[in-house]
Amino acid sequence: MSSQLQRHIHDTLADPRLQQAIYTATGRLKDARLAVIADNVLPDYQELRTQANLLKQHAIDHLDYYLEEFQRNVEAHGGTVTYCRDGPEVADFVLSLAKQRGAGLIVKSKSMTTEEIDLNERLGHHGLESVETDLGEYILQLAHERPYHIVAPALHKTRYDVAQILTEKLHAPHDIVIENQTALARSVLRQKFLAADIGISGANFLVADSGAIVLVENEGNARLTTSAPKIHIAVAGIEKVIPRAQDLAVFLKLLARSATGQLLSVYTSFLSGPRRADEIDGPDEFHVVLLDNGRTRLLPNPERRQSLYCIRCGACLNTCPVYRKIGGHSFPWVYSGPIGAIITPQFLGAGHEPGLPFASSLCGACAEVCPVKIDIPKVLLDLRSEVASVKTGRLEKLAFRVFAWLARHPRAYAIGGRLAASLARSGDGAWIRRVPALLNIGPIRAWLSQRDLPPPPPRSFRQLWRQR
Amino acid sequence: MAREEILHRVRTALGRTGAQAPPPPPPVRLRIPEIGLEARVASFTTRLEALAGRVCRAALAQDAGALVSRELGNRVAVASNAPYLQECGITGLPNVSSGVASRDRLRELCASADVGITSADYVLADTGTLVLLSSPQEARLVSLLPPAHIAVVPSDRILTGLDQLFALLPDPAVSTSSMVLITGPSRTADIEQVLVRGVHGPGQILVVLTG
Amino acid sequence: MVDQLFPQIGMAMAKVLEALDFEVDFPEAQTCCGQPAFNSGYRAEARAVALHFLDVFEASDAIVVPSGSCTAMITHHFAELFASDSAVGARAKSLASRVWEFSKFLTEVAGAEDVGAHLEAVATFHDGCHALRELGIHSAPRRLLARVRGLELRELEPAGECCGFGGTFSVKFGELSGAMARGKVDAIVRSGANTVVSLDPSCLMQIQGALSRAGLEIRTLHLAEVLASR
Repeated sequence: MSSQLQRHIHDTLADPRLQQAIYTATGRLKDARLAVIADNVLPDYQELRTQANLLKQHAIDHLDYYLEEFQRNVEAHGGTVTYCRDGPEVADFVLSLAKQRGAGLIVKSKSMTTEEIDLNERLGHHGLESVETDLGEYILQLAHERPYHIVAPALHKTRYDVAQILTEKLHAPHDIVIENQTALARSVLRQKFLAADIGISGANFLVADSGAIVLVENEGNARLTTSAPKIHIAVAGIEKVIPRAQDLAVFLKLLARSATGQLLSVYTSFLSGPRRADEIDGPDEFHVVLLDNGRTRLLPNPERRQSLYCIRCGACLNTCPVYRKIGGHSFPWVYSGPIGAIITPQFLGAGHEPGLPFASSLCGACAEVCPVKIDIPKVLLDLRSEVASVKTGRLEKLAFRVFAWLARHPRAYAIGGRLAASLARSGDGAWIRRVPALLNIGPIRAWLSQRDLPPPPPRSFRQLWRQR
Repeated sequence: MAREEILHRVRTALGRTGAQAPPPPPPVRLRIPEIGLEARVASFTTRLEALAGRVCRAALAQDAGALVSRELGNRVAVASNAPYLQECGITGLPNVSSGVASRDRLRELCASADVGITSADYVLADTGTLVLLSSPQEARLVSLLPPAHIAVVPSDRILTGLDQLFALLPDPAVSTSSMVLITGPSRTADIEQVLVRGVHGPGQILVVLTG
Repeated sequence: MVDQLFPQIGMAMAKVLEALDFEVDFPEAQTCCGQPAFNSGYRAEARAVALHFLDVFEASDAIVVPSGSCTAMITHHFAELFASDSAVGARAKSLASRVWEFSKFLTEVAGAEDVGAHLEAVATFHDGCHALRELGIHSAPRRLLARVRGLELRELEPAGECCGFGGTFSVKFGELSGAMARGKVDAIVRSGANTVVSLDPSCLMQIQGALSRAGLEIRTLHLAEVLASR
């Protein structure tokens, strides 16, 4: 068990203000979702989920076909498609293009995929200024932090934190009024939008039959990123592809509702290629970068492949009792919450953070809310068996072997149970707070650190039954 | 080459060969209920007003023009080249710049204007949404840069919802490089979940429905 | 767990079933369904335990289980464990069709909602996650509790939240599990209930352990114990 995971969890649990912030913010998003998927509001919600799951399954099961169709159609509209195996290749593409065009300033809209590959950092090393334009992401960029939540990146920051960041980094007068903080960011970023040479976006969906990308947002920064600069680069994981534009009739009904409880986000952009010859504005160049970065590793196993269906709504985070206590920074990678728990080991290897698949009570709330019906608990269990199989010679494996033996030998099982019971204090039937040092090991100590143990009864059920 | 390598990995993982066309994707049933015009107007109005947008009705095009004129007051506006705005007499208003075809000039105007005025290609009743397709008549930045947005739309362009939109436009890319669905004023709740409007896009939106 | 820690639950369940004229048998060779091993990733060990379970219970007409999580293990996960062996898989599938969580058995097989119980209590019902989400159990226990004379039932707010037990999770991530338990305790206190009812002994152990640690005079009872009360 990595102590780093445990340490982060401990630190987060020990911070009452943070606990409050995480719980309240996720609670609001959770309740907002419930209100718009209720039976009387969206009667075909379950049917839509099934459709979304089937569409994603079809797209992923035939991914190569749809990627090729997507590329053909992007190119037919005057755009380009570049495949990149990893982060450095994406950075190289952007740097090379920027150099050729003499570009120096980049504006960026929110993209978890670019977080995944630390794109801003890579570009920064080569002297390119790449500015995040989503308010939360902008604040985090100034603070040099990574996102706390897939949809609400600065969930953990208070207005006081933000005031301090803006003062320190922008030399602005200290102001804790949120509207003013937002207005300041708006005016700074407006200048960036209008001066930028390149706009980099992510993509919520890649539409194969149209050769288009879809961007879903509330602020307008993605629209500005992709409409103001002369060059637009969209970076997206290969798994984002969907077969047809009309499939959006299913996905768009689920995405905003699941993420924030809105019927639709404020802006949904359907972008294909550079501006047409007669259009007045829009970029002159449209480049789509398709990223692998390990996604192809999730494809071979049909049970785990569903991890790629994710549309990044964040609903699983908002409903997860574990996330709501430990927050986004306890997770070892940029993706947090239940989805983060299943894709991180698959991308980075189960050995990267072997405790991660076990940091779940398997309550199943995530699977219940996932709009594309990813069976997250099932994948967690599968990952657990992978971790267990590579960890040989451990005490735990021995303990379970003994357990399995006892469970196949009922008399020994019964005797073992009575023996353990007799070692603990019995008598008044009160729940036990402490045990003798001999028994105060590992699991028992962990249990007792948080709650009491039940007193062992004078007779087991077996014994009572026999006496009837 | 990255492309070949990635596609090869994908095919190997899925057990597919390159030439294999998949079966058709699962069908998407687009539902278009029969809803009368007045009901669609009412639904659109309710939805947009719930998002702090405003909706007004004008019987005739020229009434819309008068309404917009009053609404503008002294504010400086930039209007798109939508023919309907001309029909409404909006493009002729004194503080409205219009008929711009130069990207740079339009950008300057949008960056300094108080209000951006557009029409809309479609309107979606069940979500309170405007649908704008980029074209010589409708530039992207008019509904994006100025802090306020007024859209003047004949009410017969109101569709029931997304399903009807995709039934009419199964492939928006055929007609335009940019189709944007605008549902209310720009907003964020990124700081302490406190709602702030008008972050990057317009913080105020008024839709004038005619007819 | 019932055998070693909460025998009164087993006795209560037997009492309720016998009062409904069912012949109750307790195969002594039974030990465990294998869930702890399965959840910890030890599939081979879980399979061995599950096979023993199959051998012990195969001959029974109906197997009634006072636990949502154990029931779900048998009905939902045995198939996964035996996926590669069609013969055993078929046996597991057949067994699964005869396994019932206690409240479901009462309401669906016995067709009983009023079992003549009497218990003075202000109670709240905690939905165990496996029962709620894997087995779809929500109304059955409530309907049964509604017929208990003297019992006032209140709902927890928020509803359907995990108590934080999660098997070995409770000790591997003890601090986190404890924090989740305390959240559940807060909800219980807010409800004003003096009794917490659940159909999962593991949830009861977690919740009672936390209530006891918090020094609260709130008791926990298994549904069977409530229904056996006169």
